[in-house]
Amino acid sequence: MNIEIAIKLTSFLAAFVLLTAFGMLVQRRMYGLVNLFAWQGFFLSINTAIVGFVAGKHHLYISSALTLMLKVILLPYILHVLIRRLKLQKEIEVVVNIPMTMLIGIALVIFSYHLTAPVRELSTLVTRSTLAVALATVMIGMLMMITRKHAVTQIIGFLAMENGLFFAATSATYGMPLVVELGVALDVLIAAFIFGIFFFHIHTTFDSLDVEQMERLKEDD
Amino acid sequence: MILLTLLLVPLVAAVILAFVGDRRLAPEINILGSAATFAAGVGLALQVYENGPMLAGGKFFFVDAFNVYLAVLTSFVSMTTAIFSRRYMRREREHGRVGHLGMRFYHAMFQLFIFAMLLCLLTNNIGVLWIAMELATLSTVLLVSLYRTPTAIEAAWKYFILCGVGISQALFGTVLLYFAAEKVLGEGGEALLWTNLNQVSGSLEPTVLSLAFVFLMVGYGTKVGLVPMHNWLPDAHSEGPTPISAVLSGLLLNVALYALVRCKVLVDGSTHTHHAGNIMMGFGLLSILVAAFSLLRQKDIKRMFSYSSIEHMGIATFAFGLGGPIATFGGLLHMLVHSLAKSSIFFTVGHASQMHRTQEMDKIKGLFKGNPLVGWGMMFGVMAIAGMPPFGIFTSEFLILTATIKDAPMLTPFLLLGLAVAFAALFRKVQPMVSGEIPSYQKFLKVAHVPVLLHLILVFILGIYLPDFLSKWFHTAAELIK
Repeated sequence: MNIEIAIKLTSFLAAFVLLTAFGMLVQRRMYGLVNLFAWQGFFLSINTAIVGFVAGKHHLYISSALTLMLKVILLPYILHVLIRRLKLQKEIEVVVNIPMTMLIGIALVIFSYHLTAPVRELSTLVTRSTLAVALATVMIGMLMMITRKHAVTQIIGFLAMENGLFFAATSATYGMPLVVELGVALDVLIAAFIFGIFFFHIHTTFDSLDVEQMERLKEDD
Repeated sequence: MILLTLLLVPLVAAVILAFVGDRRLAPEINILGSAATFAAGVGLALQVYENGPMLAGGKFFFVDAFNVYLAVLTSFVSMTTAIFSRRYMRREREHGRVGHLGMRFYHAMFQLFIFAMLLCLLTNNIGVLWIAMELATLSTVLLVSLYRTPTAIEAAWKYFILCGVGISQALFGTVLLYFAAEKVLGEGGEALLWTNLNQVSGSLEPTVLSLAFVFLMVGYGTKVGLVPMHNWLPDAHSEGPTPISAVLSGLLLNVALYALVRCKVLVDGSTHTHHAGNIMMGFGLLSILVAAFSLLRQKDIKRMFSYSSIEHMGIATFAFGLGGPIATFGGLLHMLVHSLAKSSIFFTVGHASQMHRTQEMDKIKGLFKGNPLVGWGMMFGVMAIAGMPPFGIFTSEFLILTATIKDAPMLTPFLLLGLAVAFAALFRKVQPMVSGEIPSYQKFLKVAHVPVLLHLILVFILGIYLPDFLSKWFHTAAELIK
């Protein structure tokens, strides 16, 4: 595979990652959200493998495989099971003003391009143009967590952020050292178990996973 | 070798405690594990004191005057907290607030948390630092929700989400740091080591590093509990079991600040400006002021003292941001005395709220008469934390103020205002709790004397006399990070 094609391919995949991020921002259905998250992980995993091939970094194959197992298969599976067990599929979320969220999302993308400009200029890697997309994915994940009021969506936002961070590491530096990548993956795995436990706790205590129910802890005036 | 013991003891203890579970000896094993950790910590400190900074485990670990003193502090406070929690948690178990599984979980996670903090402090690798910090969050999330009440679950969820988001920003900052370092140091793990980074900090790309610092500041700043990223802190501290509040407040905040300070040194070395310091001063001052005024409005006793933690972390952050030998020395001392004083306060607060079966300050009364150790312990603790002489916090705050008057005179009034408001608020709130008659619902309980007294005596001694080895440590550390 020559470099030209590789650059085109990574840009193409980066575009898809961003597209899935936007898709998650507007998705109203729980299963749809989980599926979009799985797709994002899939594009990420392919992208990592391509970068690994072009740059000759074999440890990226391991990262790629790890992403595929963790974020495309395991986590979406756990989320699917949780949604079915807790009977969440009926709860179609009411998202506050989708067009507005979209506009903020677009502004975040522009902001990310602006912010990463100095890094892009300094970088010599084939993936340098995708760093802005990675930061945008992180920001959009964050936006999703702020604008959504459901525990499951907040967690998917959190995981999408993690995806963005992983993408950033691949595109800025061809991936962090393997120790770090493995450690981060381990943390994500532990976090997944914890939020699984949490969903049950919240569900049994509040009878719903709507985070808006949780507003007992406020500052008294 | 000693370093490995220091890390392995809490890890092994966590595994053992996971199996021992709710059996009778679990709290004792917990104390034993923490005591062994403390002994290893002292051993390591002696080694560093004699031979100077050292690398271990093939450059994977790095110990110098700065992190070894925090490691000793961490292991010491975790030991006294384990002693305190023996009676406290047994009583919670008898009251039925914690179940069989809860106790098993509590002890195992307590040790795992200590392991995560020690790994944070001792690792030489910025990436591993991040992982350990996240592990520290994850191991405490379910401890905060241990009581399973709606408010506890809400607090834990908030803690999980906010710290998760925060720390993700720190990871992005770390990626940027690695990007800059890789150009100079080449690829692979070598480019993430503090020791290597500090050597070449002059040739790292300044624009990328100042960008990275913004992310690191927000990320680790969330864990330090700096305003405006502090929202999780009062909730997590007030809803979790008291021993956990003590270690969160006394230790975890310090560890996060440690990470931030190391990053600041690196960024300063690269940019040759006071940019990073200024950002830290801004966040620090804002935290002091907001927390001081929030103190006035609190009704829940643990919540009030967690705002006080935000204030003190603000002071330390401000001091490190200000830089210079005096302010840095003050900041280091402040981290030490705040940990000791704040954890002792949380111990007495835990006893007081168990005696009254409530955390509402209106209902807590007559502690002097009801249980002198709790009453006077809380009184002296508050005197210490508010910065009355001759306690150690007075010394550190005085040093920081002196440096502020010299280097940033314009900020002195704000700093003084924050300190004065906090002082007044704490005394106004604590006075009615300790004095007065014993209410009918108050119960006399046996309390853990050793942790409270030990901490207060140490804070007192540090206020009037700073041992030579400690001041030598602090000077060396201040030299490293000024």
